[in-house]
Amino acid sequence: MTAPGAPGSAGAWWGTEDVCVRFGDTLALNDVWFRAEPGRVSAVVGGDGAGRTTLLRCLAGALAPTSGRVRRPIPLETGYLSAGSGVYPDLSVTENLAFRATAYRVPAQQARERGAELLARAGLDRVGDRLAGQLSGGMRQKLGVIAAMLHHPDLLVLDEPTTGVDPVSRADLWWLIARAAAGGAAVVLATSYLDEAERAHDVLVLDAGTVLATGTADQIVAAMPGTLTVASARPAGEAGRGAWRREGRWRVWNPTAADTAGAIAPDLQDAVTVAILARELALVPAAGASR
Amino acid sequence: MTELPVQAVAVTRAFGHFVAVDQVDLQVRPGEVVGLLGANGAGKTTLIRLLLGLLRPSGGEIRLFGEPPSRRTRARIGYVPQGLGLYDDLTVGENLAFSAAAFGEGPGAAALPGPLLRYGDTVVGALPLGVQRTAAFAEALAHRPDLLVLDEPTSGVDPLARARLWETVAGAAAAGAGVLVTTHYMDEAGECDRLVVMAAGRVVARGTAREIAGDARISVVQAESWAAAFGALEAAGLPVALVGRTLRVPGAPPDAVRRALGDLPAAVASAPATLEERFFELTLSSAQTEARRDRRP
Repeated sequence: MTAPGAPGSAGAWWGTEDVCVRFGDTLALNDVWFRAEPGRVSAVVGGDGAGRTTLLRCLAGALAPTSGRVRRPIPLETGYLSAGSGVYPDLSVTENLAFRATAYRVPAQQARERGAELLARAGLDRVGDRLAGQLSGGMRQKLGVIAAMLHHPDLLVLDEPTTGVDPVSRADLWWLIARAAAGGAAVVLATSYLDEAERAHDVLVLDAGTVLATGTADQIVAAMPGTLTVASARPAGEAGRGAWRREGRWRVWNPTAADTAGAIAPDLQDAVTVAILARELALVPAAGASR
Repeated sequence: MTELPVQAVAVTRAFGHFVAVDQVDLQVRPGEVVGLLGANGAGKTTLIRLLLGLLRPSGGEIRLFGEPPSRRTRARIGYVPQGLGLYDDLTVGENLAFSAAAFGEGPGAAALPGPLLRYGDTVVGALPLGVQRTAAFAEALAHRPDLLVLDEPTSGVDPLARARLWETVAGAAAAGAGVLVTTHYMDEAGECDRLVVMAAGRVVARGTAREIAGDARISVVQAESWAAAFGALEAAGLPVALVGRTLRVPGAPPDAVRRALGDLPAAVASAPATLEERFFELTLSSAQTEARRDRRP
């Protein structure tokens, strides 16, 4: 284990180097470079079909890439929550944790103590005897994260731990995530919520298997091409193609403008939307465009 | 015309001893987008089922367009449930045609909007989630409803797709429909004209996002080592949230946070609470009230 909260202290990192994954004719990941460091939370964001799950499965060792290299710890030092919650519905909450502890060779007494503490903090202490299959969605996700981090893994990989989870359970989940990172784990989580990406230390934006942006939230925002203005309606004509609705008004992206008259400072949500939009506009040229 | 899409007064619904919806007042006016926020179990889905006429209230009164919920009012409602409500083994075109027939519309109402044209002959189960959502919206809007009810409409879609769904919602509102939308996603509160916050079956706050966040404040910690500060605050039993390298501590004034940090090098300041943080406060205090009520003889 490395000293928590001291970036780069060990120089250790986990991640992928030039990874491609092909399923038949589909290129699910295309030359993906990604780095997760101890004591830091990395968010992998993107929509449906972006390649988030494929990347996380590679990191967790559940899928071998078609080409490229994956740097990951040995399986006993990896914790993985697959999409849709990796808990056994026919086992109780405490049985789920006991099973995990055995599989990851955590001494029983130590596992019971740590399990009880994490369950209590996540508001699950009164449902220890309940079958996991009878928990609400948010409770099941919390159990899944606790099970994945029970053995203090060096790398904790969480596939959409918060999707569809209500804000109160989401706060508990983020507490667990922060706790794991504070303990020195490199945490990688997939999410479709950009406010969560803003909370992470590092962000990777995927779209259709390709890396659209990577870095800290500030770096991704700083690298956004062009400028943004705000309008009360979608502009007519060509400019309207680069506009989207946000909080009751319109963001208008000008890809080439360097002038800053009336331009606003973008945030991560703006920068990620621009990255997706830029890719879409490049794929679908305007009628009469010269390409 | 003064008929309101939704006018609910002191609506209550109990299941046995459990009161899922408790004395709720709710109004949705034409052209207005009302956001319904609440944790799981707050009563949002039960309230929606009451409005759709799928459940009858145990008390209070619901009027839709001036009359009690019925098949006739249902015909004026477009509804997108959490699970989208499409038939997985029918194509997009067949789903829309079926829905148009159920609403007594001609085949014209089943015409596919532009973004769905290339998917018309594909079975819904084989489509990406984002396209399924677009199809569910198209189906709900095809009969030009006067009230649109959306239950967590944007879960799991990328930000651009989310912006486009909101554009559709805003378009329906601009055309005069009232919209009631539930969301777990506080960023989307900004798309709503008004918010109603529910906790434990009751309405605990209403107003704009800014009004609800109000002047609540929290403590913010910038520490040399966030991990060490996190450990210290946790040991002191304070609720602490990690945001980048910053820690946010709701419900504790800066001096209490400073004490809990001991001699760790850190700057502690006070900052305005976000809507989400205010929401926790409302939800938690309501849970405590609830617990006190339970202990009463």
